[in-house]
Amino acid sequence: MALSGCLAVIVLALAFNNPQFADFVLRLTIFGSYALSLNLLIGYTGLVSFGHAMFFGFGAYAFGLLMQTERVSIPLAFAASIAGAAVLAVSIGALCIRLKDIYFGILTLAFQMLLHAVILSWVSVTGGDQGLQGGIPRPPFFGVDLSHPKQFFVLACVIFFGLVLLVRQIVESPFGYSLRMVRDNPERALALGLAVQRYKLAAFVISGTIAANAGIMMSLYVSGAYPNFAYWTLSGDGILMIMLGGMTVFLGPIVGAGIFLLLNGIITRTTEYSGLVMGIVLLSVVLGLRRGVLDFVVERCGNLGRAALFTRRIEL
Amino acid sequence: MNLPALLDCVSSSSCVVTQVSTGLIIGMLLFLVASGLTLIFGVLGVINFTHGSFYMLGAYFALTAYRVSGSYFEAVIVRALGVAVFGVVFERLFISSVYNSNVLMQLLVCYAFILILDDVVKIVWGTDFQTMGMPSTFALPPIHLFGGFVPPFYVFLTGLTVAAAVGLSVLVNKTRFGKLVRAAAVNRQMLACLGVNTSLLYGAVFGLGSLLAGAAGALAAPVRSMSPEMGFSILIESFIVTVIGGMGSIIGAFFAAVLVGIIRAVGSIGYPLFTDGLMFAFMALVLLVKPTGLFGRKLA
Repeated sequence: MALSGCLAVIVLALAFNNPQFADFVLRLTIFGSYALSLNLLIGYTGLVSFGHAMFFGFGAYAFGLLMQTERVSIPLAFAASIAGAAVLAVSIGALCIRLKDIYFGILTLAFQMLLHAVILSWVSVTGGDQGLQGGIPRPPFFGVDLSHPKQFFVLACVIFFGLVLLVRQIVESPFGYSLRMVRDNPERALALGLAVQRYKLAAFVISGTIAANAGIMMSLYVSGAYPNFAYWTLSGDGILMIMLGGMTVFLGPIVGAGIFLLLNGIITRTTEYSGLVMGIVLLSVVLGLRRGVLDFVVERCGNLGRAALFTRRIEL
Repeated sequence: MNLPALLDCVSSSSCVVTQVSTGLIIGMLLFLVASGLTLIFGVLGVINFTHGSFYMLGAYFALTAYRVSGSYFEAVIVRALGVAVFGVVFERLFISSVYNSNVLMQLLVCYAFILILDDVVKIVWGTDFQTMGMPSTFALPPIHLFGGFVPPFYVFLTGLTVAAAVGLSVLVNKTRFGKLVRAAAVNRQMLACLGVNTSLLYGAVFGLGSLLAGAAGALAAPVRSMSPEMGFSILIESFIVTVIGGMGSIIGAFFAAVLVGIIRAVGSIGYPLFTDGLMFAFMALVLLVKPTGLFGRKLA
């Protein structure tokens, strides 16, 4: 089903050949996987991270800097950036998971802002507040030429659907159910012999590397990296996407990312006061629906909705 | 990094006086905002992310009131009260409906209001930087101190903040109201069972917190320029102060505010681009060593 969905989107986009639609789909693959990775932490493991953008920003900068040396191929730079993000996630995660609840969130925020400050102040390497200048070269590899928009589009879609399937495998595996137990009752999990801290760390690392992947795709897409990739507003946007779409449904974050991108696009095009409109929309969702859009759909339509969405209910 | 400039400054007493007094002023304003934040968190268990916007409203209200009435003191008092009223209404209408939801819901309500209030300020006062200028009452020659110059307004601001800090800790620790507040922080249901109107109490605490933020904004108006983004930056800084001092601790907020103020003032010479980084590094260090903050109590 996912495969057919993937094909459908690619065919549809290629058939329409509409640059605006293609742009939307590309951004959706990037921010959809970013939000999905964050929900692995927040929704499934109960670790509310306020600093998820650090991995997005790290991925974008690491990849961009590696490519600008012009000595590595895209797959190699990709693998190195992901590995770097994993190392970063292990070291920061090991420190953060020692704290609980809100304190965990604040510490992740602190590390993210630290990375942001490093990016801003290390001007000779990162370009400071101007971002990574000069574009990111895209040498062809394995017969794939990413400077060709259609090839890039197809690759982005394939990676995105691969990731969605991967995350789905993870959350439906015994490991995924252990994460839910860690979220719901850590004492019980510990008593049953689960290494709770290790599970938390594993979730943190998996989630961080997927976010780094999103950052890499973003840097490839916009051919640059900017400090706001690692700023707290992007972490906030991630949480927003999850909450808009619904954190108890597997596809919620992706739908949320779509709603967020659409809203943002429409609002910035039609009004100067985007914050005012966005704020009011947010308030009505939070206080009106009191849950994400997909949560709402699943609750209303029961099993039918769940089957249609190809998802299983997660109790929060 | 600019180490020579930093060393230069440390070796000259006038520069030290200037930087320390600037740091103190930043610290005092931060304390006023952070104390409200910490009070609201300690009692209501809600992190009020709109607190920075209240500070911003205080500053802009004061600007308008000062231009209309010409009296700075009137402006401060009237506007701080105005923000307090706004805070109570905000708490009753919106925050009170998400007490029982998870943290993320509360976060989103606050975030929505940050967006809305920022734009309201842009619509009413414009997007440009604005300054109020030093009120005529304080247009006095600066005070000489160890070769440095300290504006009289700084002394006034520091005195007022210390008084507010003392007043606040007396209010919380010695009065009947304070007892009720501390009881509500421990167990709201029990307090309600004993016949206390906890909704009123929550409203009062939120109003008090907003009053402090509004006062800070009004007091900051003469020394800091105003822009619609000022709420964001003070929010982050006062949030750091709250965490370093220990969430819910007013004394902690005071010490942490002075500390962060000094770090900012010194850092702006030595590491201008990394000042935020210094603060966040410091916060991460405190969290790792003592997660509840320097003066925080152990969590149950």
